[in-house]
Amino acid sequence: MTAKYHWLILGVVIAASGCSSLGVKPWERNVLAQDDMLMDTDAIDLALDEHIYFSKEASSGGQGFAGGGCGCN
Amino acid sequence: MKKLLLLLLLVISPVKAEIYDINRLDLKSHQGKVVYLDFWASWCKPCKESFPWMNSLLAKYPADSFTIITINLDAETDAMHRFLGKVKADFDIYHDASGQIAEQFEIEGMPTSYLIDRSGKVVKKHIGFYTKHTGKYEREIEELL
Repeated sequence: MTAKYHWLILGVVIAASGCSSLGVKPWERNVLAQDDMLMDTDAIDLALDEHIYFSKEASSGGQGFAGGGCGCN
Repeated sequence: MKKLLLLLLLVISPVKAEIYDINRLDLKSHQGKVVYLDFWASWCKPCKESFPWMNSLLAKYPADSFTIITINLDAETDAMHRFLGKVKADFDIYHDASGQIAEQFEIEGMPTSYLIDRSGKVVKKHIGFYTKHTGKYEREIEELL
């Protein structure tokens, strides 16, 4: 019984650690930073969407990957 | 006349940046100087904006007490060369295609820069580049000079 629990814990640890390396490092965003990866090609549309999200949902950013000066939004 | 033309050519031609492999980076060899260490990539728009400012720093501060070292993090060498064909760089560039040094410095955003004092100690870290903050960056450098 104890051995079964050990295997279960080991399995959970292995499965959970698989998520630890998710995400792209800041210097690996070359493809994400391309204009083609924007949600919309029209800058005015993007600005309007951004404004709607900001005013209706109190959230901003996340429309692109290269802006903001630090590449982190 | 020929000498004059040659002199004129030297003055107006952009200073070519030297590109080295990251394994040749030796920060200790710059001890005694204030070092502005900058991590950049060709696809990063704020990085491009920082280049003219970094060039101006080299012209502003004496070479025996201040230097700029930049580390390019493009995975593709061609992308870096294409960028440097368009944007003037007066400082040395070390190419870290695998991001090994970026990993060591725990880069959180692009560009990231470090200000290193004469003893080789990192005293400031800037994440991102903002033209409106260049005055502040320069004051930080001048405090160390």
